Amino acid sequence: MLFVPGNNPGMLLNADVYGADALILDLEDAVAPAEKDAARVLVRNALSACGYQGCEIIVRINPLGSGYTGEDISAIVPLRPDMLMPTKVSDAGAIREVSRMMAEAERESGLAEGTVGLLPLIETAAGVERAYEIAAADPRVKAIFLGAEDLSSDLQAIRSKPGGEIAYARGRMVMAARAAGVDVYDTPFTDVNDEEGLRQDAELARALGFTGKAVISPRHVEAVNQAFTPGEGEIRYAREVMDAIEEGKRLGRGAVSLRGKMIDKPIVDRALRVLETARALGLGGAEHE
Amino acid sequence: MSKLVEGIAEAVRRSGLKDGMTVSFHHHLRNGDYVLNMVLEEAARQGIRGLTVQASSLFDAHLPLIDHMKSGVVTGLETDYMSGGIGREISRGVLGQPVIFRSHGGRPEAIESGRVHIDVAFIAAPAADPLGNANGVAGPAACGSLGYAMSDAKCADTVVLVTDHIEEYPLIPASIGEEDVDIVARVDSIGDPGGIVSGTTRITRDPVGLAIARYAAQVIEASGLCREGFSFQTGAGGASLAVTQYLKPIMKRLGVTGSFGLGGITGYMVDMLEEGYFRSLLDVQCFDLRAVQSIRDNPRHFEVSATRYAGPHAKSAAVDSLDVVVLGATEIDTDFNVNVHTDSNGYIIGGSGGHSDTAAGAKLAMIVAPLYRARLPIVVDRVLTRSTPGKTVDVLVTQRGIAVNPLRGDLEEKLRAFGLPVVDIHELKERAERVTGKPETVRPGGRVVARVEYRDGSIIDEIRSTEE
Repeated sequence: MLFVPGNNPGMLLNADVYGADALILDLEDAVAPAEKDAARVLVRNALSACGYQGCEIIVRINPLGSGYTGEDISAIVPLRPDMLMPTKVSDAGAIREVSRMMAEAERESGLAEGTVGLLPLIETAAGVERAYEIAAADPRVKAIFLGAEDLSSDLQAIRSKPGGEIAYARGRMVMAARAAGVDVYDTPFTDVNDEEGLRQDAELARALGFTGKAVISPRHVEAVNQAFTPGEGEIRYAREVMDAIEEGKRLGRGAVSLRGKMIDKPIVDRALRVLETARALGLGGAEHE
Repeated sequence: MSKLVEGIAEAVRRSGLKDGMTVSFHHHLRNGDYVLNMVLEEAARQGIRGLTVQASSLFDAHLPLIDHMKSGVVTGLETDYMSGGIGREISRGVLGQPVIFRSHGGRPEAIESGRVHIDVAFIAAPAADPLGNANGVAGPAACGSLGYAMSDAKCADTVVLVTDHIEEYPLIPASIGEEDVDIVARVDSIGDPGGIVSGTTRITRDPVGLAIARYAAQVIEASGLCREGFSFQTGAGGASLAVTQYLKPIMKRLGVTGSFGLGGITGYMVDMLEEGYFRSLLDVQCFDLRAVQSIRDNPRHFEVSATRYAGPHAKSAAVDSLDVVVLGATEIDTDFNVNVHTDSNGYIIGGSGGHSDTAAGAKLAMIVAPLYRARLPIVVDRVLTRSTPGKTVDVLVTQRGIAVNPLRGDLEEKLRAFGLPVVDIHELKERAERVTGKPETVRPGGRVVARVEYRDGSIIDEIRSTEE
């Protein structure tokens, strides 16, 4: 997921060429108050002119109480982005309020209610504590997103590269999302020039259970894609698991073991997920040898 | 009589330089060169007029040349490339007769065949001995290869080395041999090291450039040319150099060792040599300090003349054995003709250099360019200046798709099978115009200020003055 400032025509123009699965066109923090109107018009035009084939489109809107939310929603919803990202979401009520405004905009532009989804940005202590409520607040919510910069400030914590200060929030977010049956995305790594740090941070996010991770620079897309791509060893092991299961079925065995370890349902589920991801990425996960 | 003289004044006098003669210069000192200005200033002081300058390339450091044109000291110019500052004045018509543009291979062909006659070659020599053996790897103005000076040294009536670093006889290695040299002129300084080579050439950080480079590397893999003995050339600018970064892991994965890297050489190509990706580098020009150090110290990093690099008349030239070349463009038309001479307003901003030579020689000639620059699409109906003929260009790689020359149906199939986004070039043009609109074409209508001579000696285009 690549953040793209909504007030930068050059970046909007080429946003879909870097290999990101999703683009987050930003009307919020990247845009100064004096430029909110201009950015809204620019993003609206970019959405209708650029097409952005092959990328999921998310528009980050200004938070309730900023005075811009209503205009953001009524300008953007008619262009049918995949999701809106409301910011500083701290309770389920905010989601229901935004959803209601979106329903109105959908009605006015002749769209079916629920066409546009929601990806709440959770970046306050209250929001993290209520992450499950937020994730389950409305059927529009397809995923939740952790914003570590504002959160650290709210926590009065010191933001660090290893991220010990957000360890609890990361765990809590993944827990809440999975419990509510939605996806969950990790905060961006903000040092544009630290490639090794980026790789470690992305691998940690994947290991913790995040669906994906946001980036603030096009140059980070490849490393994050790589971190979230199953490795050769992982794919091989997943295939071995599936082969062992097939073999067990053929021989009519109830319990199957591989390399001396019992293979139970969670292991099979994980293997299936790895193979499905590999297949989606064209890594040949479907082949059984 | 000793060959060694002190100062440029005595050298010019001894050279017999007279009105109407042709003087030649190489461009290995690039934007740090003092020699061209030094010689023309002295010629002017001695009252010599009507000179034709035969330079392998010109940079903005040579802007005093324009004043010599205005005063009549210089009345003719032949070159392979000129930077924008000089190009602007030429486009405005400062010179009475048209400039002749050649390519890096076409220039030595013209010289060695006698079509171009050089009366006096003034050859900047970073290191020389008193009898005229010279190289580019020692001295304060070390520039590495002296490949572009070699045909001048062989063919000029009089050869003057200009140096600020004399070593004891015999200087070894010698790129230019004493048998060809008449005069060795010692001067205080031949160039500014800061302008000669950059400390390090850096790969672009522009994410669009990197996206293009990634596609370009995939095109190379898909073409099937990246196999044992693979040979490769890339430019030093923009997305071109970044292709090496994406090519390395592909060569590693395929277990391929290349036979040679060619051309203007950067530190990135030196890395590839030292890391074993290529068995050798054939170097006609060094672009950075790493390349200069490497050509001095590594016997597998080898200096070649412009003729051996790209000469169309040579019995064979390295470009003829080249698998892949990655090139830039200011614009490309739907027939794949490429312009590297003029900008969108018709001003001269460059020249062929080795563009058309390598495109003609390489099995895969690839243009890498962003689909639009600022508000201008890269693909046009007809290029303003035809620098490189479309029939020698195989593929255009942009961030929004890859267009294959219809003459290369075989290649198109391979790229499609590889899953690359192959698009008709007309469609690419339309995609760009959907964003930028269709720009009005500027076609300067003044008199002819330059002619583009292709490597076979034919004139393939004319450049007109921007002043009506």
